[in-house]
Amino acid sequence: MNAIALNVSSARKAFGGLVAVNDVSFEVRQGELLGLIGPNGSGKTTMLNLISGALKPTSGEIALDGAPIAGLSAYKIARKGVARTFQLVRVLPSMTAAQNVMAGAVFGHRRLWGEDAMHLAHELLERVGLAGRGSLPVGAMTYIDQKRVELARALASDPRVLLLDEWLAGLNPSELKIGIALIEQLSGEGRTIIMVEHVMDAIRSLCDRCVVMSSGIKIAEGGVSETLSDPEVVRAYLGDDDA
Amino acid sequence: MTQIIVTGILLSGTYALIALGLTLQYGVARIMNLANGETLVAGCFIAMWLFTTLTINPIVGLLLIAPAAFAANWAVYRVALEPLVKRAKNRGQLEVDSILATFGLLFLFQGMMLLTFGGEYFNYTFLAQRFDIFGSGFGLNRVVAFAAAVVIAVGLYIFLYHTRYGTAMRAVSADPKSANLVAIDVARTAAIAFALGGALTACGGALLSTFYTFNASMGVVFTMKALIIVIMGGVGDVRGAVLAAIILGVAETAVASLIDPSLTLAATYTLFIVVLLFRPQGIFGRPTS
Amino acid sequence: MNSLSQKEIIIGIGGVLAFALAACLPLVDQGYYLSLAVNITLYAALCTAWTLFSGPTHYVSLATAAFFGLGTYAVALWVDVLPFPLLVAFGALAAGALAGIVGAATLRLSGVYFVIFTLGLAELVRQIVTWAQATFTTRMGLYVFTDLREMHIFWMLLALTAVIFLTGWLINRSRLGFAMRIIGDDETVARHVGIDTAKSKIVLFIISGAFIGIAGAICAPRYGYIQPTSAFNPMTSFLVVIMALLGGTRKLWGPIVGVIPFVILMDFITVRFSNYMPVAMGLSFLAIVFLLPNGVTGRLEQAWNKFQSRKSAPSSTETAA
Repeated sequence: MNAIALNVSSARKAFGGLVAVNDVSFEVRQGELLGLIGPNGSGKTTMLNLISGALKPTSGEIALDGAPIAGLSAYKIARKGVARTFQLVRVLPSMTAAQNVMAGAVFGHRRLWGEDAMHLAHELLERVGLAGRGSLPVGAMTYIDQKRVELARALASDPRVLLLDEWLAGLNPSELKIGIALIEQLSGEGRTIIMVEHVMDAIRSLCDRCVVMSSGIKIAEGGVSETLSDPEVVRAYLGDDDA
Repeated sequence: MTQIIVTGILLSGTYALIALGLTLQYGVARIMNLANGETLVAGCFIAMWLFTTLTINPIVGLLLIAPAAFAANWAVYRVALEPLVKRAKNRGQLEVDSILATFGLLFLFQGMMLLTFGGEYFNYTFLAQRFDIFGSGFGLNRVVAFAAAVVIAVGLYIFLYHTRYGTAMRAVSADPKSANLVAIDVARTAAIAFALGGALTACGGALLSTFYTFNASMGVVFTMKALIIVIMGGVGDVRGAVLAAIILGVAETAVASLIDPSLTLAATYTLFIVVLLFRPQGIFGRPTS
Repeated sequence: MNSLSQKEIIIGIGGVLAFALAACLPLVDQGYYLSLAVNITLYAALCTAWTLFSGPTHYVSLATAAFFGLGTYAVALWVDVLPFPLLVAFGALAAGALAGIVGAATLRLSGVYFVIFTLGLAELVRQIVTWAQATFTTRMGLYVFTDLREMHIFWMLLALTAVIFLTGWLINRSRLGFAMRIIGDDETVARHVGIDTAKSKIVLFIISGAFIGIAGAICAPRYGYIQPTSAFNPMTSFLVVIMALLGGTRKLWGPIVGVIPFVILMDFITVRFSNYMPVAMGLSFLAIVFLLPNGVTGRLEQAWNKFQSRKSAPSSTETAA
């Protein structure tokens, strides 16, 4: 079995009286693709924000390759090798697609500059299916292409752990197929990925394991098919969500 | 010592009014109004004019000054600032735009007052009698100004926390989008909050003029003080603003009488830095982000 | 990215020629026009230095007068004992240090805090300097006697402007410049790709402040008699903001487009209608916000893009930086 890449133990985030993440623990092994699922408002995105440093946990520990990262600034965590995409796609509007991707390569875990960074950017754009579109202004691109740029930017730092926050949301069925294939390919190359996702088909076909959250608490964890048939998980979804 | 604290607290009454005006404008109408001090100075001049030419007592004069300032600020908001709110794509852009636009208003109003009154200092004599508190003497005008400020501040508090309209204002301050969903006319509420803020500030100016020597270009200094009070108290926080005003008033008075009167701004800044470093969310504010 | 493009070489040569031509001015006139040119060059240096920081970050800095005054005072205090170039370096250090302190205190927070802090900064430093002078010395004003004449000051300011331009260009090509563009676009993304946003901003603010300090130091011999109120004149800060924004802060040369006409206009107003200066400044601010939100150069760029897209050439040129 592979070594543990990311270990979350009793992570907690409280906003005033509201506890968005309530002592959640789980771990991700190297090369694993972990699904983080749960009904709306269950604290999944907050959990990702705690890992990436967008938010500081109220208490608990998060360790990347054994080194504690909980509470560090986002830029420090990024440099240690955590990259992410955002729930609502965030590209850099004044720049070209290639410059967007370069942004991920220059300051992060891998620190390239000049020709090397440009070269990597074009290579990654090709990987995500945007070959030859590097010089296009990113603002003029379609939603899925912007999502691809964002993914390429996250990959550009060669992260130890990649966080995908509903990266497949908002795609039409044919785009979804492409998107799933892309993530599958990344996982196949041995990348460690945590994905927050609502698209259950994607979770079923992609993930090795999943963690289910509801109202800030981890309610189940394990192989995908048995977890999804766990009665408590079913109740959480049918009880709290209109799905 | 008592002397310093009482003098500081008396001074803080007017500071609190100015800061409350600013915090309403920034908290509800989302405009960081750097021309707020000019409204204050206008309040000073109008109060003096009413007193010296029409012999209207400045306290009674508030009844004229407040509505006039309300109308003028309402017009300023509708004409000059609302277009910026409408065109802003995000909070950051509105911030920069409103800062620059209110700089424009600052210089415009200051310039017009300089053209009218010149750069000289003015004052007039109103209730310049001795009034004893804890055995020390204080100007009666300061005491009366403080009392009037307290009445106005309490009135504001009751308005904000115990009336329908005040609640609407606080709702807009907390979250304009959700306020809109519960059928609050956000644009109108913002305009009224801005106007009300201007009225409070002008009242502060009128009260200040009864015991303070003023001139046409001193507005910026007061804007600065009000801004620091607002940040110290937490944006949109009435109790915080009042407490911060007292802290600032006492700290200034203490530095002026114990060290050197020319270092009052340094005292203000020291407080400001301490707040920025340790409690940027304000005295009563909860840490966010 | 490391080699120069043909366009850059042409702009470089053009720039050098323009500076060389400007440097010949004292040979033609030593009076009114030289004095006007000193003002223009001074504000060109100040506005370009201001834009180094405020352009990419959108933080409106009003600290210019504080940095400038520190530079002036560095020279005024020790001009009798130390060589002038060393004092200019002192000015840069003092202003840079102040920028570092202000930046560390405010640049981690939102833009409003920064503006408010810088708004009173010049006045604060003036109060402290005045108080220290009155407490520890007996003099109020300081005399600065040197052999430097107006044209020397002009040449020094011109050289300073050239150095600021060069620095700005180098920053734009560096990681720091790239980081600033990312921060300007989306600060959250910037942090998540590994940029220490606060440090980047502070470093840039220090560079900008140090240049403004140098400008203040160079100008000290021009004033001859230095008083706190004139060295730390808050109007300087506001005028720099107006001129830089009027020209536009997206391009390095943008501010100069605003500086030249505005200094000439200001000269005209102060001579004929000095009382109307605040009103004119107020109207300028409002005009910028409502009519020229991206400055003159931004407007020109817009028009140029429109023209280009109307021409609608399918061959889009390579625009990668």
